[in-house]
Amino acid sequence: MSVQFKSITELRAMLDDKLISASELTQESFQLAKKYKELNCFVTMNEESGKKNANSIDLDNESNSMLAGIPLAQKDLFCTEGLRTTCSSKILANFIPPYSATAVKKLEDAGSITIGKTNMDEFAMGSSNETSFFGNVHNPWKKGYVPGGSSGGSAAAVSAGIVPGATGTDTGGSIRQPAAHCGITGLKPTYGRVSRWGMIAFASSLDQAGPLARTAEDCAILLNAMSGHDSKDTTSLNSTVPDFSENINQPLDGLKIGIIKEFNLDDLDKEVQARFEDSKRTYEKLGAQFIEVSLPNISASVPTYYSIAPAECSSNLSRFDGVRFGYRAEDTDDLNDLYIKSRSEGFGDEVKRRILIGTYALSAGYYDAYYKKAQQVRRLIKNDFDNVFQTVDILMTPTSPNTAFKFGSKGSQNPIELYLEDLFTISSNLAGLPAISIPHGQVNSLPVGLQLIGNFLREDQLLNASHVFQQNSDFHLAQPNLENF
Amino acid sequence: MSWETVIGLETHVQLSTKTKLFSRASTAFGASPNTNVNLIDCGLPGVLPSVNKEAFYKAIRFGMAIDAQINQTSIFDRKNYFYADLPKGYQITQMDLPIVLGGSIDIQLEESIKTINITRAHLEEDAGKSIHDEYDGFSAIDLNRAGTPLLEIVSEPEISDAKEAVAYMKAMHQLVTYLDVSDGNMAQGSLRCDANVSIRKKGEKELGTRTEIKNINSFKFIEKAINFEVKRQIKLLENGDKVTQETRLYDSSKDETRPMRSKEFANDYRYFPEPDLLPVVISDEEIQKIRNEFPELPKEKEARYQDKFGLSAYDSQIISSSKSMADFFDAAAEKIENYSLLSNWLIGEISAYLNKEQIEIHKSKLTSDNVAMLINRIDDQTISGKIGKSIFEEMCLSGSTPDEIIESQGLEQISDDGAIEEIIMTVIGENPSQVKAYLDGKDKLFGFFVGQVMKLTEGKANPKAVNSILKDKLK
Repeated sequence: MSVQFKSITELRAMLDDKLISASELTQESFQLAKKYKELNCFVTMNEESGKKNANSIDLDNESNSMLAGIPLAQKDLFCTEGLRTTCSSKILANFIPPYSATAVKKLEDAGSITIGKTNMDEFAMGSSNETSFFGNVHNPWKKGYVPGGSSGGSAAAVSAGIVPGATGTDTGGSIRQPAAHCGITGLKPTYGRVSRWGMIAFASSLDQAGPLARTAEDCAILLNAMSGHDSKDTTSLNSTVPDFSENINQPLDGLKIGIIKEFNLDDLDKEVQARFEDSKRTYEKLGAQFIEVSLPNISASVPTYYSIAPAECSSNLSRFDGVRFGYRAEDTDDLNDLYIKSRSEGFGDEVKRRILIGTYALSAGYYDAYYKKAQQVRRLIKNDFDNVFQTVDILMTPTSPNTAFKFGSKGSQNPIELYLEDLFTISSNLAGLPAISIPHGQVNSLPVGLQLIGNFLREDQLLNASHVFQQNSDFHLAQPNLENF
Repeated sequence: MSWETVIGLETHVQLSTKTKLFSRASTAFGASPNTNVNLIDCGLPGVLPSVNKEAFYKAIRFGMAIDAQINQTSIFDRKNYFYADLPKGYQITQMDLPIVLGGSIDIQLEESIKTINITRAHLEEDAGKSIHDEYDGFSAIDLNRAGTPLLEIVSEPEISDAKEAVAYMKAMHQLVTYLDVSDGNMAQGSLRCDANVSIRKKGEKELGTRTEIKNINSFKFIEKAINFEVKRQIKLLENGDKVTQETRLYDSSKDETRPMRSKEFANDYRYFPEPDLLPVVISDEEIQKIRNEFPELPKEKEARYQDKFGLSAYDSQIISSSKSMADFFDAAAEKIENYSLLSNWLIGEISAYLNKEQIEIHKSKLTSDNVAMLINRIDDQTISGKIGKSIFEEMCLSGSTPDEIIESQGLEQISDDGAIEEIIMTVIGENPSQVKAYLDGKDKLFGFFVGQVMKLTEGKANPKAVNSILKDKLK
């Protein structure tokens, strides 16, 4: 029986009914990963210990965890004990962490099987997965097209049905945008909902781990396992974690959905716009009402983000210096030369570009004009969200202004072209709010995503609104044709 | 031309917490290289800092002692620079909102007391150590020290010469050890300072161009480094040259300061708020608890020694001047009754011994129990004060208890009247001519008889008993 394209919920039932064992399921997953090797979803496979862990799940009849025996893929930015973790960078190509990230550990403690580490934009810097040292990932829907980024490998692996779920991280849209481009569901939780311990930092104040899966229902299962306070991460929230699966099926009568006035959708591709209008009508039919709201400062999101994120990244990436771990250049004259050569040879262009931007934004004489100003604007954007959530429950936007694009077609001349990919997604990172992307149709045979943004800690509302939408539509069931791979 | 010197000191105090500022690794000194290091200390990808509140409590205790403002909300910043012993490529420190603001410290000069104002004191993590000369062709890194909590105390530029700088550092040493915020061990780097030194013509208001002498770690070097630097600057200005603002190192082997290579310090540290740490808030309850548990400071101890133990003002001050001496006194005082005898011994024999050996009392073989026993044996006349001194020498060498030494060497004082009488009769019998002379009025000979008795008893006879029995027998 094929397990490809099955959801976690479906696989759970199959495992519980003994139609398949965890070992067989894991084996299938490894087979599919091999079969679709050309997609380039994975940087490192975890075959030996993955099989061993599946075997011990089969021997354990006590477990009643939803994730027991479910194969998952981990973005290669989460440290995994004894399993190479590269951030898709040459500088970490030989790095084997001595410890595991809390998010991964929690998923594995719940019985899931890590089958491998997924390809990504180098250090999560990119929106197309084209900055990876390990090569491009193909969009399962169309060969030679990007899967989005930075969690491109995770999105493609779920989209191609190799695994039913995967972890991602989202600093400015890195879960939601690839989920949209690959036609799956991806959730960025509230900042602090999931521990950042063991997540290799890009921009500490924006980074947040979250799940990618075929359905909102599956995202709820994964989020249940990943969430919770961690004493090792002081920015992780010390608030109770609800059972996200419990109230996922509530009716949407009276749900107030805000449409952000400042995002002028008329400028979008007509077809992207049409899908958005279709989904509005679906929600209206389900009892929701739409209200136009204003977030006056939201148009400053992109410049604000591209001041703060590179600034933090320039400092966070200082530890990759060739001294203690990772790539070290050979034939160096002195310490300074070791730094210069190791980092020049170890980092790719986009990472270098952001380190330079960030170093500049923090420099004496520019700090006030860039970093400090950006933090002030960030506060204003946050206030805007606080205000609109007085009147609406959730906000709705397209996830991305367009569908997946051809390799090399964007950003090669002007990187800002690619930065605009994040137009709709980055404001929720700046405000620390949860947001989800769900598939809502196709344009030119490529998936399009719908984004819902929730209030602080209200992932439950997002999952509820997404699940009910998916109960009343079949966009999330669409499968890519993988004949060409 | 007449010059005056302006000095500001930045003192780095290693806080004596069990674990590091942002990790649970041990801070113990002297461990094998890279053994007191965990994932956080070596800056592995993905690790995050979490704060050690004990360091905050110690910093606050220091702030209270110098009567400073305590900022109960602490924000940390990153100071970015590359160096091989700085694992993360940045140091977590406090820039805009230091935990301690203002306050002052009194320093003891020869004839007077001067108050030096404190600008601020902030918490930060120490770096590791680079070792450049042990492995041919390689530098080695020891991260044991990386992440150790430091309190950086910045003084106002109110110190006027090298002697005052030394007095300031001595006052700082006394304070931090008294407060138990640091072991104050300068040789191990627990207390060290950077000196900002400038000169100007007497009476001028504008400050001259300063140089910063980095990492001075002994009282002697502070004095020498500043004196050298002041002379150097005066010479420059008198020759019509200018002082360059720069960072310099003091080389004790050549007794000179020289500029650090430009690579040894960065210019733009790109400070920004540490996004991995939320602001740390110290509650009013915690502040109250620190206040309630505040240790006794030297002035309070002096008063107590006078009131409770009847010591003189002079003795009280000497004993209180060092925390280890005062602790020793307090511990021994619990086991004795003759406090002035204890005080005399501490200021006399014991201090002389410690000075000679150049060690602190808690590093010697002397224990408060043993010294208390010695005082009691003298007090209860088991031994004479003179025998006490020889026992003390043995205690310093072997660490044995006075009783052990008394027993093994048979030093117990002879206080038994019968035994003393017997010896006295022997002395009288052996010296008939002296007896006659004494009885004829040569009173001075009394000392001769005492001496003879002591000789025969190897000094162990109880002098009081000897005196009274001798007087009786020589009637």
